Amino acid sequence: MTDAPKPAPAGRAGTKRELPEHFKAYKHVWVVVECEHGVVHPVALELLGEGRKLADKRGVELAGVVLCGDDLTAALVAAACFEHGADLVYTVTDPVLAHYRNEPYTRAMTDLVNTHKPEILLLGATNLGRDLAGSVATTLLTGLTADCTELAIDDEGSLAATRPTFGGSLLCTIMTLNYRPQMATVRPRVLAMPARQIGRWGRVVVHPLNLAEDDIITKVLRFVADRESDKAQLAYADIVVAGGLGLRSAENFQLVRALAEVLGGDYGGSRPLVQKGWISADRQIGQTGKTIRPKLYIAAGISGAIQHRVGVEGADTIVAINTDPNAQIFDFAHLGVVADAIELLPALTEAFRAHLSVNRLAG
Amino acid sequence: MHIVVCMKQVPDSAQIRVHPVTNTIMRQGVPTIINPYDLFALEEALRLRDRLGGEVTVLTMGPPMAEESLRKALTFGADRAVLLTDRFFAGSDTLATSFALAAALAKIGQEFGVPPIVFTGKQTIDGDTAQVGPGIAKRLGLNQLTYVAKIADLDPTAGTITVERRAEGGVQVLSTRLPVLVTMLEGVNEIRRGSLDDAYRAARATIVKWTAADAGITDLGKCGLRGSPTIVKKVFAPQARAEKVRQVPTADVSTEALAASVMAEIFKCQPALEGELMRFSAGP
Repeated sequence: MTDAPKPAPAGRAGTKRELPEHFKAYKHVWVVVECEHGVVHPVALELLGEGRKLADKRGVELAGVVLCGDDLTAALVAAACFEHGADLVYTVTDPVLAHYRNEPYTRAMTDLVNTHKPEILLLGATNLGRDLAGSVATTLLTGLTADCTELAIDDEGSLAATRPTFGGSLLCTIMTLNYRPQMATVRPRVLAMPARQIGRWGRVVVHPLNLAEDDIITKVLRFVADRESDKAQLAYADIVVAGGLGLRSAENFQLVRALAEVLGGDYGGSRPLVQKGWISADRQIGQTGKTIRPKLYIAAGISGAIQHRVGVEGADTIVAINTDPNAQIFDFAHLGVVADAIELLPALTEAFRAHLSVNRLAG
Repeated sequence: MHIVVCMKQVPDSAQIRVHPVTNTIMRQGVPTIINPYDLFALEEALRLRDRLGGEVTVLTMGPPMAEESLRKALTFGADRAVLLTDRFFAGSDTLATSFALAAALAKIGQEFGVPPIVFTGKQTIDGDTAQVGPGIAKRLGLNQLTYVAKIADLDPTAGTITVERRAEGGVQVLSTRLPVLVTMLEGVNEIRRGSLDDAYRAARATIVKWTAADAGITDLGKCGLRGSPTIVKKVFAPQARAEKVRQVPTADVSTEALAASVMAEIFKCQPALEGELMRFSAGP
């Protein structure tokens, strides 16, 4: 990784030379559409929405890339791609791709890129996307920018990928000027979900994968799905209540869960709570945890360090409860309450409960 | 069995401040630490060594002061430390970093025995890319196992390994052949307190220091800024929100009254919310 972010010195790698001749054929914007177990990951649709804008700005086509185990899944996922903005879809369908494995997926992706030559290749910054992107970029010896939060096309037509660095204290814009494709992984939930255009359609290009199961060293012995009730739905919840060290004890975290329950939302916490073992890692909100984009976010006893801020800024309404009037969270909250969360949370839970039940009776 | 753990020395990100005028990182006085994610990799390596015998080598690329982190790793019980340091590595992005580390790993294999397992943390807390591990695996032809929560089985004689890997929506149980690159998931173990013996040993230990040439790198064009296809075009601090926070008055009100006004303010901000909550509360 770039050790210290620094603007590139003029006259060196930072200067755009004419793109090498063999890269000039690289055109079009591609989005890898993660669809493990037949489920399209929402970040892929978000990327198609953003990819559409990039492709239009470049005057090129937007393609979805679907790697999966069977033709039915490929057809369903391709349809979803078209409805979310893709002009065409490349499908590689083979039983060896039914479960994600680095080796066959890297092979399929590098084959596709070398054959059809995209200028921009985008993936979700999920475990799958990051596992795959690192291998593909190293195989192709091209630039890859991880965990981006913003994508744009600059005046010279190159991809400008912006990402938080140093735990979110700074943002930096990174470019791959002289290599193709320009690759980036993008964080789920930072880009808006595009509207579905029912009936929109496009071309399907089928690409073969010449790989037999016997050629693949790594085997998937089994897949143990998470139990539905244990799954944190944080990233896609409309209402999220979260707690921080201001709750003072693990027991008090129950107050956060109680409010989330009354509101039908999900709950999470800041990084110190994970480190203290009060909540599990998949409930961490912030730069090294989940990015959320709820309609309503209630932060109780969270100081609002920049690492937390970058994970919640996309919320429509941020309500902050903190005893310290100078807490950083009040710099980006919409609604502030200088109060002790331990006292206010139960009262707020009760207020909502009473309000909702009264109105329900009235209705 | 010889195991190598790749680590990085990083600034303690919780303490980083950005200069309000120049938008640069104020590094002065910011303590450096071993990337916390790498400690899960180190502990896993130490446990395997304790169980199966062999040695653990820690490897880092960085400025001379990164020696401090290596010495710290020795106090936890690592047997050998290698520091890859050269001005030619300055400004490396992930591709150039994986090139240099892969070269150093090959050299480590020649000097101290080929490692069947190379560990890294899942990502660093400063760069947060999670790309260097896969890059090393690809360059050295190691089977890649990322986000590993548990090493379920390891048979060095048969040359096989089975792991539980954190995937989207569940856990994959993967079996593959050695050699492998494993990136460990966070929170799966806890770094040990090193023994007093380890502390003494660490204080006296000689850190192996290699330049690019020492590591057998001849093509310097693949190192540092020159070997990095990505360039940092712009660095800037996050924008402050223009709109100020609206504070709900808290003076001289009971907690119940405060809760009522907070609820009213929330509904004012989100007029549609009340109806949606009502539907949720009414149930299906």
